[in-house]
Amino acid sequence: MRFYEYEARKIVELAGIPVTKYGFCQTADEARRVAEDIGGPTVIKSQVLTGGRMKAGGVQFADTPEEAAEHAANILELEINGLRPVGVLVDPKAEIKQEYYAGVVWDGTAKKPLMLFSDMGGIDIEQVAEDHPDHVGRGHISNLLPVGDFEAKQVIAATGVTGSQLNRATPILAKLARLFRDNDMLLAEINPLAELTDGTFVALDAHMEMEDEAVGRQKKLLRKELGIAEEDTRDNYVPSEFEKNVKAIDAADHRGVIQGKDHGFKGNLGLVIGAGGGSLTLTDAVRSQGGKPANYSEIGGNPSVAKACGLAKEVLQKDGVEKIAVMMSIVSNTRVDIVARGVIKACLELGKDPAETIAIFRIPGAWEDEGSKILDHYGVEYCDRTVSLWDAAGRAVAKIQGASA
Amino acid sequence: MSILLDKDTTFIVQGITGREAINLTRECLDYGSRIVGGVTPGRKGREVHGVPVFDTVAQAVENHGGPIDGSVVTVPPGFTKDAVIEAIANGIKLLVIVTERIPRGDVAEMVEFADMHGARIIGPNCLGLIVPGVCKMGGIGGPAKDAAKSYEPGVVGVMSRSGGMTTEISSSLTAAGLGVSTAVSIGGDAIIGSTYAELMPYFEADEQTKAIVIYTEPGGRMEAQLAEWKTENNSRLPIVAFMAGKFMDDEEMQGMSFGHAGTIVEGKEDSANEKIKRLEEAGIRVVERIDEIPDVVKERIEG
Repeated sequence: MRFYEYEARKIVELAGIPVTKYGFCQTADEARRVAEDIGGPTVIKSQVLTGGRMKAGGVQFADTPEEAAEHAANILELEINGLRPVGVLVDPKAEIKQEYYAGVVWDGTAKKPLMLFSDMGGIDIEQVAEDHPDHVGRGHISNLLPVGDFEAKQVIAATGVTGSQLNRATPILAKLARLFRDNDMLLAEINPLAELTDGTFVALDAHMEMEDEAVGRQKKLLRKELGIAEEDTRDNYVPSEFEKNVKAIDAADHRGVIQGKDHGFKGNLGLVIGAGGGSLTLTDAVRSQGGKPANYSEIGGNPSVAKACGLAKEVLQKDGVEKIAVMMSIVSNTRVDIVARGVIKACLELGKDPAETIAIFRIPGAWEDEGSKILDHYGVEYCDRTVSLWDAAGRAVAKIQGASA
Repeated sequence: MSILLDKDTTFIVQGITGREAINLTRECLDYGSRIVGGVTPGRKGREVHGVPVFDTVAQAVENHGGPIDGSVVTVPPGFTKDAVIEAIANGIKLLVIVTERIPRGDVAEMVEFADMHGARIIGPNCLGLIVPGVCKMGGIGGPAKDAAKSYEPGVVGVMSRSGGMTTEISSSLTAAGLGVSTAVSIGGDAIIGSTYAELMPYFEADEQTKAIVIYTEPGGRMEAQLAEWKTENNSRLPIVAFMAGKFMDDEEMQGMSFGHAGTIVEGKEDSANEKIKRLEEAGIRVVERIDEIPDVVKERIEG
């Protein structure tokens, strides 16, 4: 789950890290009032979940409250990468002496969070790591033991930072590491972390992402502190009709699991395949042999006839689909006869001949003999585990290409 | 021989009264595994297929009259961390975590705790491991009679990020007369207890194993880690890899995950093509077709 900048700043603030006296505004009038309160030059920043704000004109500077209101009015109407902002952040224009970077990310190999610090802030950290590796300090933290300030200090000192700067930045990085762990973050970044002309440090921009699996146990932060509604998942992925329908069919019946995606697929061969790894393997096998999948899908966990039928119907009704291939890896608990009944029912209900419509049926699994009988009855071509996933996919591709030619 | 598991291995099932756990208990018992107890808090005194159920792991250990080797953990995601730590705190050294959708931080905590106590975690989001003809720990291979069809004892060690594909690949190795020494479904999440590279030393030490087959997917750095391990350790074992999900490298698929949570590509290094390149640089043969695996393994063993 992603956060807007104003929320990320609030998270940082709650962890005891100093921030500027910023305000989140949804109208130009509010922006004017916040700018009056600040009483000096301000920065108006679009609150939108996408990068490239500065380039798109989503960040403007104002000398007076009137100017701030004007900029806010414009930015509130400005779409960036197709997204409308939820508001603007009005921030005092900081007198910056030096910009730093502080961040915490997961290191999957070490299976521990990794602290990162650089004295070259304000720019992309990956670029800094590539061009100036000696300006990036790194250090893992334990998942179990308390994070010590000294651990943050070591990371910062590794970049050559010393003096009062080291002593002021240390608790900030340590607090960032603690909030990363406490709040189930996937990413916690302060960039830039600014040293102001008076020597104090403030977080001028923050970027946070929480793991979706942990949203349920972070209610206090999400609902109470940040006021984010339960249905506001921040997922900007817009599911297709096909994806929505398959999801609804899956939710309507607890037996078995089906999934369907068609984002980026435009082919003529519908896939009813499963599960996880088998679906990845089969989708590749179809493409590598010149086939054009119309969708990705997963079916498994011994679904009901209705569920298998529902998925097959959705696939068959997609634009451009001429045939479907029903193929699975070895899944011992999914009954072949039930899947066979489901897909044949889907064909018949749509007025299609199963023998013509089903390019190939490969399901090794339970009740294979029953399944074969049904498939024989309707003249559907089928195979068992002796035909590999690759060959089954190849047979489906050959058939549809023969048909289209 | 085998890795991690043998005919004497004793284990418990945590969350044994759940629907999935009842099935896998039946399957494992039928296959010859020694399940010495089950744990579901509040259900002490019941039995699942003749296996006594306890409230705590400590009670199961006491009833057994000595240390228990392993545990299959099938409790809901919010309770998994506590269950795993309970098992390790009671002397259990091998954990198979079946549960899906456990937050990454919890997995990392469990792994660090296991490391501190000399315990090993397989999973989460996995089907466990099997020593063909001897025993299995988890739902891997399905019911005993189906597992017998797919798995025969042999010379190939199998590691896979997909539970289903562990069996698909093993079945083809069995059909080709090569058989399997031990097959491990390592789990489909971004952070797992045991990666390929972390299990390699066990296979390296196992005389029965003559070659390794891995099934891999986009996402994460596990394959790069294996490539580094292979280069640094001058391993005696030829490794053959199969990479699924190459279609995810397409422009339109960026940022999406398919099949398993761990397939989300977070950086350039995580893509299928980049991984294939790294594996091949380390002398690991990456096959294009899944059905090439048995022949390439034979070639590599003989060569």
